[in-house]
Amino acid sequence: MGVAHSHSASEEVRELEGKTGFSSDQIEKLHRRFKQLSGDQPTIRKENFNNVPDLELNPIRSKIVRAFFDHRNLRKGPSGLADEINFEDFLTIMSYFRPIDTTMGEEQVAQSRKEKLRFLFHMYDANSDGRITLEEYRNVVEELLSGNPHIKESAGSIAEGAMMEAASVCLGQTEPDQVYEAITFEDFLKILQGIDIESKMHICFLNMETMALCH
Amino acid sequence: MALQMFMTFGSWNCLLLLVALEYSKASSDVNESANSTAQHAPNAWFAASSSEPDERISVFELDYDYVQIPYEVTLWILLASLAKIGFHLYHKLPGLMPESCLLILVGALVGGIIFGTDHKSPPVMDSSIYFLYLLPPIVLEGGYFMPTRPFFENIGSILWWAVLGALINALGIGLSLYLICQVQAFGLGDVNLLQNLLFGSLISAVDPVAVLAVFEEARVNEQLYMMIFGEALLNDGITVVLYNMLIAFTKMHKFEDIEPVDILAGCARFIIVGVGGVMFGIVFGFISAFITRFTQNISAIEPLIVFMFSYLSYLAAETLYLSGILAITACAVTMKKYVEENVSQTSYTTIKYFMKMLSSVSETLIFIFMGVSTVGKNHEWNWAFICFTLAFCQIWRAISVFALFYVSNQFRTFPFSIKDQCIIFYSGVRGAGSFSLAFLLPLSLFPRKKMFVTATLVVIYFTVFIQGITIGPLVRYLDVKKTNKKESINEELHIRLMDHLKAGIEDVCGHWSHYQVRDKFKKFDHRYLRKILIRENLPKSSIVSLYKKLEMKQAIEMVETGILSSTAFSIPHQAQRIQGIKRLSPEDVESIRDILTCNMYQVRQRTLSYNKYNLKPQTSEKQAKEILIRRQNTLRESMRKGHSLPWGKPAGTKNIRYLSFPYGNPQSAGRDTRAAGFSDDDGSNPGSPSITFSAHSRIRSLQKQQAPEIIPMKSLRRGGKTLSFGYQRSTSQEEHMGGSRRVALRPKPPFHAVDEEGESGGESEGEAFAVRSRWTTDRGHGRDYHRSHSPLLQRK
Repeated sequence: MGVAHSHSASEEVRELEGKTGFSSDQIEKLHRRFKQLSGDQPTIRKENFNNVPDLELNPIRSKIVRAFFDHRNLRKGPSGLADEINFEDFLTIMSYFRPIDTTMGEEQVAQSRKEKLRFLFHMYDANSDGRITLEEYRNVVEELLSGNPHIKESAGSIAEGAMMEAASVCLGQTEPDQVYEAITFEDFLKILQGIDIESKMHICFLNMETMALCH
Repeated sequence: MALQMFMTFGSWNCLLLLVALEYSKASSDVNESANSTAQHAPNAWFAASSSEPDERISVFELDYDYVQIPYEVTLWILLASLAKIGFHLYHKLPGLMPESCLLILVGALVGGIIFGTDHKSPPVMDSSIYFLYLLPPIVLEGGYFMPTRPFFENIGSILWWAVLGALINALGIGLSLYLICQVQAFGLGDVNLLQNLLFGSLISAVDPVAVLAVFEEARVNEQLYMMIFGEALLNDGITVVLYNMLIAFTKMHKFEDIEPVDILAGCARFIIVGVGGVMFGIVFGFISAFITRFTQNISAIEPLIVFMFSYLSYLAAETLYLSGILAITACAVTMKKYVEENVSQTSYTTIKYFMKMLSSVSETLIFIFMGVSTVGKNHEWNWAFICFTLAFCQIWRAISVFALFYVSNQFRTFPFSIKDQCIIFYSGVRGAGSFSLAFLLPLSLFPRKKMFVTATLVVIYFTVFIQGITIGPLVRYLDVKKTNKKESINEELHIRLMDHLKAGIEDVCGHWSHYQVRDKFKKFDHRYLRKILIRENLPKSSIVSLYKKLEMKQAIEMVETGILSSTAFSIPHQAQRIQGIKRLSPEDVESIRDILTCNMYQVRQRTLSYNKYNLKPQTSEKQAKEILIRRQNTLRESMRKGHSLPWGKPAGTKNIRYLSFPYGNPQSAGRDTRAAGFSDDDGSNPGSPSITFSAHSRIRSLQKQQAPEIIPMKSLRRGGKTLSFGYQRSTSQEEHMGGSRRVALRPKPPFHAVDEEGESGGESEGEAFAVRSRWTTDRGHGRDYHRSHSPLLQRK
């Protein structure tokens, strides 16, 4: 790993700082964690995520792991999955969860928010076509309901209900006969307008050794 | 209704007490008189014997004095326990007021009875009894149940707050009261500075843990929790140290003789007493942990060792005039980690319960005694002193909270908000500690002791009742941030997804992991301490703990599937394709929302839960236990029925047999597989298909890319109709799931495969086997299940 070399370490760190916006402390901590996950290898593969025991209990585990390898999140292309990611990619993904710096301008804040929502959108949109179809939505609902077979049918209905709500929000009353096929990113933004993303999608990377949550 | 029962209990006990007291009064009257003829009186009440004294054996006698003290003490404790039962019967009460309220009321009741019957209360409380017997269990319990990791992570803030807070409060209240006493109008001129300082120190002994139960539901964050807990833990020790020091001062000097040297010596002594106590405690903790290493064969004495060593640490520290309280606390904290690993499960439970019991008995006695003192003639009411005491308590607590937290917030990465500080300020409820210290003031040094006791009682009553009851609503009021706007389904889904996402990313970046916490200590601990202090047979216990972990995961999932079968399906069926834009009716939305809230996997709760008076098992533990019990019952039944291996049965039987997937990597075992193999000879156990079904759906999500290759899914679908009726039988389902799970974990599980119709059966088995073998090679852990594969092969 490049950071191990002493003479270029600080340069690399500074470069990473510039690209991802983390401070050097945070980069160091994340680098340690990266090494733990990867077993001192320079890259991480999907299997390495099995080393995180608490992740097992997470119902959307597969989506989270997938998100790490998604080319759209890594800004490497419009679709597809990488096989392995290096530390810079790791940091790129983590940077989506940095707290929004409210001292930045309005423009910047809106941009950060949009980025985070785009990350979320990519989690829904599995086939990378830029829209969330009913099928994909239903998949998400099923995962959230922990893949319970009892509620498979109702998962479908829930997804449909959600789509209808989305339709009513996005299309309004103007075209009552139009069939609402899928949610685009703009519609997604509209739906999630009311939710406070800032508190939900950020993690304090400052002091990762304590167990406190940041409010 | 519960209240009525409570009243009944209360009145029954009143009756009992009254009767007992009447008899005792009569007998004590009798015994006092030297007149021999008077001795006839009790005898005459019962069977009459001869009229000559001292020559006949009386048939019935009454000797109450012999048993008076233990009898009454036992009655008190029983009364308090009955009151607690009544208290908890009405389930809303514990959320309204802290249990201290209840204990005080019971104490007042007993006091009223004793006062009413003019009975001399037994001398339960004097200085040595309190400090030697009543106080250690309370402190031990606090130290033992303290969550160590958050405590040590926040230890800087906790020490800063607890130590300095107690000091500021004590000195502040003492000094302000002294200034008040100087005012001639109040008639308090004879109370000098030292006495005021002493009073200040004893009145600042808070017991905030008592109110924790009240706002437990209001999601108090962990930091706040630890601050309150830590303060309660250390506060007792600090106030007692101060108290003893100031008593020593009072004894040794008159006020005018005190020189600065003495004050410096006092401060130095304070530090030495505190630190020395902690050192003692740690040493004793290590010794006891070491000894429990060797107690495999006599596990019955393990609780004894734990308790005796803790108590010994207390006594040894007290011998050297060090702080016994801090010693016993440190002993409990040190000991807990190693002892928990060494002792057997039953010993562990015994220790926990016994500790709770002892501490609750102590506290009950103290509160009852407080009630007894309340109703009595030995009060001295001085309006000025009491009102100013109350006022200063609140003022100084507010000052200390806001000042100290302002400073410590500068150094913390996660500062406490004003709301948190308000909660900490308001949770300054006094408890048994301050009363005891007030009661034990030596009368010779404190001629106005009665006034102090009265003032203490007033403060305690005020804080416990008024603050205790109003803190719940206050916290809930402060906690409500957003308006209770009903969220749309979309928003709810998205919010839940984001919560899970956040939890997942936090896991990935090691936010909650155990690895990063205090690395150095952990390494040291692993390398040296654990080798010395923990038993040799570690591999066995690691398998046991692994088993427990697996079971816990499976239990959680089983419960998920089990519970969910009972929810009513009231979802109206809607068209498959969305034709146009329809509006969802509110009932639909409601029913959808209900299903979502019941069934969506809850994000892990990281908040702690401590109840001073109760040992509540966590819900997952409870569920796991229930499932284990059911599973054992099923197992016993199935053993009794004499089930043999399935392939011994004739092929003609129309069985529903199920695939058994091997357990993969233990960490992913919970997610990946459901073993659903068990033997049965009738089709009455269709419960398992739901398990395998859920297993398949998880497998599906886990290995999305390999979805087409998971053929067993399809084969199950083919036999869909036979499997569908499994869903209706919820309870049997759980049991059989339990039975299957248990059986599957054994080395050679009885083994089945799904069999619908003949021709597809072979195929499915073959394909299933192919999947299975691929799986085991992937995971590499199929050691037990490789063996189980062969019977299937043989069968074919």
